[in-house]
Amino acid sequence: MPKTVTYRHILAAAFALAMPGQLLAEDIKIGEINSYSGLPAFTEPYRKGWQLAVEEINAKGGINGKTLVVISKDDAGKPADAVTAANELVSKEGVVMLTGAFFSHIGLAISDFAAQKKIYYLAGEPLTDAVVWSKGNRYTFRLRPSNYMQAAMLAEEAAKLPAKRWATVAPNYEYGQSAVAVFKQLLSAKRPDIEWVGEQWPPQGKIDAGAVSEALEATKPEAILNVTFGPDLVKFVREGNTRGLFQGKTVVSFLTGEPEYLDPLKAETPEGWLTTGYPWYGIDTPEHQAFLKAYQAKYNDYPRLGSVVGYALMKSAAAVLTKANSTDTEKLITATENLKVGTPFGEVTFRAIDHQSTLGAFVGKTAVKDGKGVMVDFSYRDGAKYLPSDDEVKKLRPQN
Amino acid sequence: MTHLLEVESLAKSYAGVQAVRDVSFALDRGEILALIGPNGAGKSTCFNMLNGQIKPDAGEIRIDGVSTRGLPPRAVWRMGVGRTFQITATFGSMTVRENVQVALLSHARSLARWWGHGGAAQAAEADRLLDLVGMGSYAERAAAELAYGDLKRLELAIALANTPKLLLMDEPTAGMAPKERIGLMRLTAEIARREGIGVLFTEHDMDVVFEHADRMMVLSRGMLIAEGPPAEVRRDPEVQAIYLGEGLVYDARHQDLGAATPGAAAEEAHR
Amino acid sequence: MQLVFVQFMTGLASAASLFLVASGLSIIFGVTRIVNFAHGAFYMLGAYVAYTLTERLTGVFGFWFALLAAAAFVALLGCLLEMVLLRRIYHAPELFQLLATFGVTLMVEDLVLIIWGPEDLVGPRAPGLAGAVVMFGKRIPSYDLFLIVLGPLVLAGLWVLFHRTRWGVLVRAATLDRGMVAALGINQKWLFTGVFALGVFLAALGGALQIPRDAVNHAMDLRIIVEAFVVVVIGGLGSTTGAFVAAIIVSELNAFGILVFPKISLVLVFVVMAIVLVVRPWGLFGKMPPPAQAAIGTTVRPWRPLNRTELIIAGIVVAFVALQPLWLSDYALTVGSEILIFTLFAASLHLLMTVGGLASFGHAAYFGLGCYGAAFGVHAAGLPMVLAIFAGPVLAAFGAAIVGWFAVSLSGVYFAMLTLAFSQIVWSIAFQWVSVTGGDNGILGIWPAPFASHPSGFFWLTLAFVVPALAFLHMVIFSPFGYALRATRDSELRAEAIGIDRKRVQWIAFVVAGAAAGLGGGLFAFLKGSVFPDVMGIPTSVDGLVMVLLGGIETVLGPIAGAVVFKALSIWLISQTDYSKLILGAAIVVIVLAFPKGIVGALSDWRARFAEWRSDPRPSPGAAAMMAAAGAGGISGRFADPDDVAKKSVSGRAKP
Repeated sequence: MPKTVTYRHILAAAFALAMPGQLLAEDIKIGEINSYSGLPAFTEPYRKGWQLAVEEINAKGGINGKTLVVISKDDAGKPADAVTAANELVSKEGVVMLTGAFFSHIGLAISDFAAQKKIYYLAGEPLTDAVVWSKGNRYTFRLRPSNYMQAAMLAEEAAKLPAKRWATVAPNYEYGQSAVAVFKQLLSAKRPDIEWVGEQWPPQGKIDAGAVSEALEATKPEAILNVTFGPDLVKFVREGNTRGLFQGKTVVSFLTGEPEYLDPLKAETPEGWLTTGYPWYGIDTPEHQAFLKAYQAKYNDYPRLGSVVGYALMKSAAAVLTKANSTDTEKLITATENLKVGTPFGEVTFRAIDHQSTLGAFVGKTAVKDGKGVMVDFSYRDGAKYLPSDDEVKKLRPQN
Repeated sequence: MTHLLEVESLAKSYAGVQAVRDVSFALDRGEILALIGPNGAGKSTCFNMLNGQIKPDAGEIRIDGVSTRGLPPRAVWRMGVGRTFQITATFGSMTVRENVQVALLSHARSLARWWGHGGAAQAAEADRLLDLVGMGSYAERAAAELAYGDLKRLELAIALANTPKLLLMDEPTAGMAPKERIGLMRLTAEIARREGIGVLFTEHDMDVVFEHADRMMVLSRGMLIAEGPPAEVRRDPEVQAIYLGEGLVYDARHQDLGAATPGAAAEEAHR
Repeated sequence: MQLVFVQFMTGLASAASLFLVASGLSIIFGVTRIVNFAHGAFYMLGAYVAYTLTERLTGVFGFWFALLAAAAFVALLGCLLEMVLLRRIYHAPELFQLLATFGVTLMVEDLVLIIWGPEDLVGPRAPGLAGAVVMFGKRIPSYDLFLIVLGPLVLAGLWVLFHRTRWGVLVRAATLDRGMVAALGINQKWLFTGVFALGVFLAALGGALQIPRDAVNHAMDLRIIVEAFVVVVIGGLGSTTGAFVAAIIVSELNAFGILVFPKISLVLVFVVMAIVLVVRPWGLFGKMPPPAQAAIGTTVRPWRPLNRTELIIAGIVVAFVALQPLWLSDYALTVGSEILIFTLFAASLHLLMTVGGLASFGHAAYFGLGCYGAAFGVHAAGLPMVLAIFAGPVLAAFGAAIVGWFAVSLSGVYFAMLTLAFSQIVWSIAFQWVSVTGGDNGILGIWPAPFASHPSGFFWLTLAFVVPALAFLHMVIFSPFGYALRATRDSELRAEAIGIDRKRVQWIAFVVAGAAAGLGGGLFAFLKGSVFPDVMGIPTSVDGLVMVLLGGIETVLGPIAGAVVFKALSIWLISQTDYSKLILGAAIVVIVLAFPKGIVGALSDWRARFAEWRSDPRPSPGAAAMMAAAGAGGISGRFADPDDVAKKSVSGRAKP
């Protein structure tokens, strides 16, 4: 591998030298927006991820010989500020595409901005299905497996469980609501015998965990679907553990296996939860090992899921630009449709039908090892297998 | 013919304490009536009931034969009543002239207007009223800057802006030098007699009362204990016993009769 | 029955931690009259410091010592803040301290990130209290039982402190009559410092005690601060017993409420507060508040409308602004449009706050309703852009008419909190009513008509709406109605006595301010292209307050200057750095110290001084005294000097 890099690098440099003038001087500028001040626990590793990718891309000769420059802006966690940042990137910095966003509503705001200004937008993290389906537009693509895909992965496993009485707990906003709705729909479709006995909707960040635990317990469920994360998850787990809520119950949980949310729990990590996540310590594929080594070498730290998203996001952007060999928005869109990109999780495809990538996720069980929370018995689920049929997607997405 | 102001069996109690009980009196146009009594006698409560600030427990107040029952202060103002407060209440952020202008605009029912400059409206009339009370040269000052006595004058100008038929003046001359007190009340009396305004005022300075009041009433523990021309009331043994007892010599040192409590004394001290 | 018992116990445990924080806030407000926005920041610092200490000090003794040491350490920081910052601004108009403590909060939020990193930190469980006790067949966490006992103990301790110690009695005396305490020769400075430290200690202890049940994170402060305020207000300001009862009521209602309405937590406290304030305007245990120390907006320099020269200057400024598209870049123009919109938002709040003396903490609701009005106008009614923009103020005025109807019965902090409650209720409706508002995924696709789609077109459009609206507000301020509004602010007593219907005047002002904010919102929707519930969140309301205070609360043109400076600075900082909050917070603190009367306030002070110096080097004694008294440090005499009690009582609400 390194040999090829050098070779290509030299080639690119030679090409650049052979074509003096504007090409040599030109950079390709990409705009990147995320909630750096609002959600640093996710966005710090994410930034490290994309910075590593940019370094690698430029070391390998950049985009068809041009240097890739990423201009990054904070959105302060507000969609209105994200639009301001998008404006700055597009009209002042002259970026050729927008990338990024964590929160779903911010992703939607940028996506709508992109459609209005006819600029290309590659969303990284926003999970809402609306980004590619109900509010989808031709300028917007999304990398991460959506709410629907993660729900489908978990529902598939949940269907194998004997539990019939299910209760749910999710943060009271669109992400939590749609995660629960899709999971219910998919699981009930597979298992008509299942009964939904209770639901709790604590406000995001303000869970009254003791009261919620007891309210769930009171419905006598056999299994619980959890969608809370971050500090809410910590509180819920602590109260649930102390009160014995999880005893004898299966818990299916969104995102809990991601290091961002699992690591703080340390020895208090609940065991045996079925969850999506990122077991960086146990993925032996060559793509991932290469990423892991590079990341650890550069930052002396282990990657979080955000790091993978940031890394794969910038790799995807570079692949789009390389393939299009142009900065014209229409050409970028054409180039992205059916584009295959190598990521630490393997090759993914950006679907032409709904602009969703087929990046998948790891599904496994939580466990405690050496006083730390880990995922065990995990396997990678290819996102392509957890999307509805093309006919359904066409109905979900406005056709224009 | 009805009196300008008729008060019948007025009563008010706070938490079981009878602040005012069974007070009845009448006031005619152009008449100047003084209400005196020691602190806590119920003078301010009476005043506050008269302009609607406090709802009486019982009794009836009629202005020109019209009952004020249940009316808030603003409605009593509309009936042609102007009042000044014991502790002055003016609009501190406005100039002296603007204070009067607001009252004039309110009298003309023009305060709901969203256009025009309120500070330019009725300026001449405001200045006339200010000149009348001797505040003409202060028109541009902020009310917040005024000395206490000047605020009393301003309050009078505000009250007059209503072209009132009834003036309620709660200690109108407090905070003024003795000479000013006489001057202000002389002026008030002149206006009242000229315009046929009935004036009810409370006062601690007996010189002011004896000089200007046509009649006076004495309130003690919420009850009227005497009423009549000042000279008569002055000789009333009951008044002397209850109110003027303990050797207070009012006419020798212009002693304020009510200034018996430490609070009032302190207040008086730094005026 | 089991469930009832266990939920009751859970509610009590939640109440205990809420009470600790709220009691500190209540004590600080009761004595110093400071609306301490930084209280949540101290709560968070307590948790972070306790985390660090418990990592090093282990064992039973070590753990509990760590919690107390953390609270004590943070209390020391509180002392420092009080001595360095707050002491200098006690005599500034009320709410100015809110601005200062808001700046501190912003700084602390970024500082904890720098010191402790972005990740959530999970501290140890309490030694010996990690398990649960079985009661009535239910497992109750031992730590909950500890908290349930601790709450009343702290309440009792505070009672003893305030009723059985000399210091406490003095503090209580100071709450009732500061002048009297000063007259007794008590050093009020240290009394205030002590009270502030006590309040901060309670907040930090509340934070430290969260370690065994929560994850320490950098957003803890905002989560607690609003709730703590709500509890304090429901209980009645300054009443620790009230805070205790209110904390229990709120926590129990939540614990049982979620059994019936699982989504109720989102808005419950605000609904409770709104109901309590409508029924009992001063909270459950509150007494009628003493008059404000200095009514907002009271000034010794009476306002004047712009004179001919100034109008010409204003015209030139507007013309200059209108020419900007000739040379400014597209991005600068979109930023310019945003700033223009926020000048209108700030000016509308200024009408309420400065002219009407009604500080609304929920003004964002009408800005947000304006956004949604425009969005509905486009999507539901299919209106063209200009008409849709007008749908904004219509919806906002409608909302303001309803809220204002209730709110104008109150004044001061209670008014502020009721408006806050209503704004949160409006927010939660936008958030929850997904079928109409799209929930938190908002409404997309609200883009301007072709003629305004270019940044310069939109800039002109914004200017064409904002300048007349600002002129209208300016006209209203100096119209007879504006005088009536100021009259109600200066002296309700006098206003009512000269025939002004205070409630009606203030209600109309509330609606006008709401409509003006709504116009800003309508424009904002088209500027951004999309509307989300967060636009009517508390941060937007706080931004509005900051703009007005920054510009100078005693001035007419303050909000415009405040909005321009604050908005430009924050947009620029967000673009330049991830630590925008740290720098913005520091800038606010510096401005508060350097210009205690705000930007425009400071400018007009200088102008007046210059004019006086030019006309008469020897100022007239009265004016000079008042100028001095109004100067930065000079108002200190206002309540330190008991003589002032009588002097100041003369002018309406400018009472000590």
